[in-house]
Amino acid sequence: MIETQAKPVKREGEGKQLFLLTVSPLIWAAHLLLSYITAAVWCEKFVSPDGSLATVRTAIVIYTVIGFGATLLVAWIGWRMDRLDAAAPRHDRDSARSRHGFLGFATLLLSGMSAVAILYQAMVVIFIRSCD
Amino acid sequence: MSQDPQPLAHEPPLALRRDQEKRLAHAWKAPEKWRYWSAVNNSVVGVWYTAASFIFFHFGGLLALLMRAQLAFPNGGLLSADRYNQVFTLHGSVMMFLFAVPIFEAISIMLMPQMLGARDLPFPRLSAYGFWAFVIGGVFVCGSIFFNAAPTGGWFMYPPLTTRYSEGIGADIWLLGLSFIEVAAIAAAVELIVGVLKTRPPGMRINLMPLYSWYILVVGAMILFAFPPLIAGDVLFELERMLDWPFFDPARGGDPLLWQHLFWIFGHPEVYIIFLPSVALVAMIIPTFSRTPIRGYGWVVLAAVGTGFISFGLWVHHMFTTGLPGVSIGLFSAASQAVAIPTGVQIFCFIATLLAGRVVRSTPLLWIFGGIATFVLGGLTGVMVAMAPFDFQAHDTYFIVGHLHYVLIGGAVFPIAAGIYYFFPIVNGKKLSDKLGRISFWLALIGFHVTFFPMHLTGLRGLPRRVFTYPEGLGFDALNLVSSVGAFILAAGFAVLAWDVIRPNKETSPRNPWKAGTLEWLTEMPGRSWGVRSIPEIDSRYPLWDQPNFLRDVDQGRFYLPDAEELRRETIITSTIDSKPIQCLRVPGPSFLPMIAALFTGGVFILSTFHLWWPAAISGVLGLGTVLVWLWTGTAEIPEKDAKDVGLGLTLPLYASGPASVGWWAMFITMLADMTAFVSLVFGYFFYWTIHEDFPPHPSPGPGVFWPVLALVLMLLSWGLTLLAKRWNRADRGGLFHAGLAAAVLLAIGGGAALIAGPKVTGLDPVSHVYPAIVWVLVIWTAIHVAVGVIMQAYCIARRAAGRMSARHDIDIANVVLYWHFMAITAVITVGVIAGFPLVSR
Repeated sequence: MIETQAKPVKREGEGKQLFLLTVSPLIWAAHLLLSYITAAVWCEKFVSPDGSLATVRTAIVIYTVIGFGATLLVAWIGWRMDRLDAAAPRHDRDSARSRHGFLGFATLLLSGMSAVAILYQAMVVIFIRSCD
Repeated sequence: MSQDPQPLAHEPPLALRRDQEKRLAHAWKAPEKWRYWSAVNNSVVGVWYTAASFIFFHFGGLLALLMRAQLAFPNGGLLSADRYNQVFTLHGSVMMFLFAVPIFEAISIMLMPQMLGARDLPFPRLSAYGFWAFVIGGVFVCGSIFFNAAPTGGWFMYPPLTTRYSEGIGADIWLLGLSFIEVAAIAAAVELIVGVLKTRPPGMRINLMPLYSWYILVVGAMILFAFPPLIAGDVLFELERMLDWPFFDPARGGDPLLWQHLFWIFGHPEVYIIFLPSVALVAMIIPTFSRTPIRGYGWVVLAAVGTGFISFGLWVHHMFTTGLPGVSIGLFSAASQAVAIPTGVQIFCFIATLLAGRVVRSTPLLWIFGGIATFVLGGLTGVMVAMAPFDFQAHDTYFIVGHLHYVLIGGAVFPIAAGIYYFFPIVNGKKLSDKLGRISFWLALIGFHVTFFPMHLTGLRGLPRRVFTYPEGLGFDALNLVSSVGAFILAAGFAVLAWDVIRPNKETSPRNPWKAGTLEWLTEMPGRSWGVRSIPEIDSRYPLWDQPNFLRDVDQGRFYLPDAEELRRETIITSTIDSKPIQCLRVPGPSFLPMIAALFTGGVFILSTFHLWWPAAISGVLGLGTVLVWLWTGTAEIPEKDAKDVGLGLTLPLYASGPASVGWWAMFITMLADMTAFVSLVFGYFFYWTIHEDFPPHPSPGPGVFWPVLALVLMLLSWGLTLLAKRWNRADRGGLFHAGLAAAVLLAIGGGAALIAGPKVTGLDPVSHVYPAIVWVLVIWTAIHVAVGVIMQAYCIARRAAGRMSARHDIDIANVVLYWHFMAITAVITVGVIAGFPLVSR
């Protein structure tokens, strides 16, 4: 029959890890959209075009702290998944362990990329100081 | 280690194997003579699809040669300005919509089942429908140039040029013809996503999938979120052109920039939708010729998924010169730089694989080297234009033309050429000529760089794109002549490739000619209609390299489903992450219904172009009828027995509904795309809110609160009754089921009518201003979805009455309930926006 070994369902269960892959990139997307929308609405609705951007910059700093922290948290979760099997951290085996480690590793990598991309976006705070 | 079932220890008797093969051949036999065109098998439809894409590619190429001939000398007189506009618009549109996207769908439909050891994808008739839709729409759009009626507004159709200053039906042909093809692309995306997730062979866990499948999964998901905004944009655009609703007309509150947003939210991911499947080919080819597994599998997955996401954060970089606030430009410039990270990662993985293995020289690899080198150059100019100050200078010049051809031809076309050389034996059992391949490659590579490198310089010197000619003596003359000469060399390269493909060739290729390790190379030469002889149990990323006696065991039918006892087409459905077998799926056989459905749905779009409303409506009704016949006769069939022995002691159910069934997934994925289009329309509403002081106007001219809220209550009641109907069906309470669903139909009709009553009663005139227009669009969108929901409810009533749905066999109602979940969300958002937002925005 198919593999029916007793396995710790909570740790290696189906479904949720594929979703986990997308969490960090979604945080990145939320950071980009929130920053963009905040700036667009602020510049259109609340100040004249040459007005100050101080509020928006503060908001982006807050988004960045939260977003960066959240991606690090997801990265940590991925790292833990990968390290479950520290003796043989291989991702190319036909086993639940291997698959679990692989998804953890991919989550870790995507979180790293998302964290870097969030920092890139935060740099506008340094360079842009007005709506114009 | 795994405790997987092992293949049969002993060879099945020869007589049994012959009988099994006879039955498989009978079940999978392609139709003959005139019925050939009713085929739906992936191996047949995939070849048609690929061939059609290449015909469009060569058509687009000929248009490019016309342009280069016109621009070879200053004051060229070959084409008039208007004809030139048609030619460049069609060149861009054909290459993007009729070649670059469809070719990936085509190759995937053709090869993916082989790569996954499946007999077919889960919805072969849907693939066939997508193909016919693509051909009909493509011929319609391309044919327009022969009647001097082609679109002239450039492949991104910016208003107000195309709404107020373009005469004729060119823009309508573009909008309607390509909208129809976008529908085909979404159909293919549904098919491919479900294919990757559900038709992998047992044991092929998600960490063992071929990288090609990873890329296709990502690209399929990207299509779901990228194409619908364009469809939404097309809806607004066509309403403005046909009915004068002012979405992009500033005089009445509209804004052309909304189109640019919607177009590029589609258009930028589109570039990666084109690029990633080609990288996927590279990821399959490089390990074969390095004779070693890919290095950094997890990193390549990072690259695929990461690029997929970040590509959605770049759209504004096409709009740097539209006067957006600096902070917006900065954000999107940053994201545009960031996408270089995942893009670069995969290229380093490929280089690492080549370094780690022992490289075997081959024609496909040559194309890949040429492609990667060219793409990297294009990527570097991409980083340049991602920097806003440089972009301000280079925008709309030939520098951009050079850049985009470097990334698209280097990143997509050259790898596809590699793929043709590599995969050709799978298609018809023959290898292409290495000699012609090398000639073709060098002509194409040299021709390409001679054509496009000078364009960077003409661009920096100030030649704008899309001008039909230029005066002499401005420094463009020599560069343009060089580009034109190069274009003909490039074309010669592709002509050699085309000749190699179509020339008579009797030499049959040996099996697995490149000594590859992945499943598609199990195929016999030439391939058999059933695909794999038996569906294997997988333990490795490269089973042909790693699993002992693998080919023998598959060939002798020692794995799953070696037979077709009931003479039906069957394949195995497995779980999403770990690929555990969960169902034996019967897939439908040949049918003309997909073709007829495509003809009638195509008719709606084509006849609308000519404002033939009644014929278009009749065509729509016939299309709906065809789809209903198709569903009624070909889907959710109740099997003659509950389960079936698929071999190796495994018995699988023949019927599954809800999330366990492929149809439920298809509905879910389709509705994600549908929801994205809807959200794009809602985005339009709020876009107008940000740019106007008085949007929504105060005091509100409509649609008021009463009618929308009444509509919402009725629609939600209908939703609730549909949910209950599913339970009553499960409990086998037929009377309650029918009564409940009939009431749901009435409530839904009432809800749709009440929704329309809102703007109707308050007299909102969509022509007068953008506010009533966008309210009407949201209302009509929702009302159409109610109508579709009503048809679905009525269909379920009929199915149960006809005995085609029962308490245990409830695919139909399960899928309809899923639809109604999305319907309920749509209703809540629509009413919240049109009735609620005017209240809170005061």
